[in-house]
Amino acid sequence: MSCQPLQASNMEQLLEGIWKQNPVFVMALGMCPTLAVTVSAFNALGMGLATTFVLICSCTLISMLRRFIPREVRIATYIVIIATFVTLVDYIIQAVSLALYEALGAFIQLIVVNCIILGRAEAHAANNPPLSALVNALGMGIGFTIGLFALGSVREVLGAGKLFGISLFGEHFQPWVVMVLPPGGFFVLGLWLLFFAWLAKRKEAQHGA
Amino acid sequence: MSGEQPIHFVPPVNSLRMVRTLMLVTSLCGGLIVAVWQWTQPAIAANKKVVLERSVRALIPNAAQIVEYDASAKGVTVAKGDAADGAIRFYAAYDKDGKLDAIAAEGAARGYSDTVRVLYGYRQACECIFGIRVTQMRETPGIGDKIITDPAFLQSFEHLDVSLSPDLKSMFNAVKTVKHGSKQFGWEIDAIAGATITSKAVGRGINDSAQRLLPLLVPHLEAIKQKGGAQ
Repeated sequence: MSCQPLQASNMEQLLEGIWKQNPVFVMALGMCPTLAVTVSAFNALGMGLATTFVLICSCTLISMLRRFIPREVRIATYIVIIATFVTLVDYIIQAVSLALYEALGAFIQLIVVNCIILGRAEAHAANNPPLSALVNALGMGIGFTIGLFALGSVREVLGAGKLFGISLFGEHFQPWVVMVLPPGGFFVLGLWLLFFAWLAKRKEAQHGA
Repeated sequence: MSGEQPIHFVPPVNSLRMVRTLMLVTSLCGGLIVAVWQWTQPAIAANKKVVLERSVRALIPNAAQIVEYDASAKGVTVAKGDAADGAIRFYAAYDKDGKLDAIAAEGAARGYSDTVRVLYGYRQACECIFGIRVTQMRETPGIGDKIITDPAFLQSFEHLDVSLSPDLKSMFNAVKTVKHGSKQFGWEIDAIAGATITSKAVGRGINDSAQRLLPLLVPHLEAIKQKGGAQ
């Protein structure tokens, strides 16, 4: 009986991170890895999944420990927990694919200071039970991965003429190299933000009418 | 209004509780990290070996067996773990009959945006470098990354002179990257037009590594040849 509304709110929580509060397109958080690693779709997915793993694990653990953590030392505790899971992800990626590890470089370690994770821990996991924290973190993680993938795929297609390393346009395609360079990152991100702002505006207009 | 401020009760902060929480959380995290490190370490080591062997094989297609050595002032020893201070790691590639085919070693220098690492192959017969393979770089796509593909650039490394002086203490001529189109001598590298900084990094990385490695390696080459035969 009480299951039904709980599930509905869980679904809402999940969608919040993916769509309404998308960390990249709506909240514009975690811009450093967003711009830096999205030179290819594969890198973007790798970074997105690594961040999702850290988000889910740290938010769930923080939520489980939320009653034991005194307010005065909460930030220190959160950072220790987040840093632990980042270290784990660092080892796991090295064990799975050294190529991906080289490509992501320092940005794996920098997940520690990704404001999405500390933001979720402080704003949600610290005040909610583990299941809710997990769902919220999963939604945010998926939303972040989608955001990175949206940038990475567009930049790889335009800047290298490939998607996931597979050539799309044949030999005569002249790659638009600037797209895989830092200015291209800003440019594509700007276009995506514009698109989302336009969607929001259109929805507002529809509701108003 | 009485003007009296409402008194908020502030509970005393229990320092012991803070210390206890932090201790518990850090030991839990420490345990987790050590466990995962032990679990992933064999896979990471295996991955690194596979990547390295793949690059050495790409450079020396005849290699049937690759043995890692460390060269230092004390001599040449089979490598164990990370290279010690002052020692240089190199790879001896033996063909299927156990004969030493070539030596591979890595050079590194700072390029345009990050360190450029290059694996180079050396043969004693010609006292030359006969090929290179870029193992790590983050140079500008379309410009600096031509060091991997540019045929004219790579041609410089098909017979790059690194012969030692008669006393075997140093190289006769330092390997040098020269302006595009002005290569004259066997020890010069023809830079890629527009990617001079990256081209120079490749030359400098090889020169620094070979200058240190070859004087330590060449006197022991006979021993290395025999080691391969015994295995």
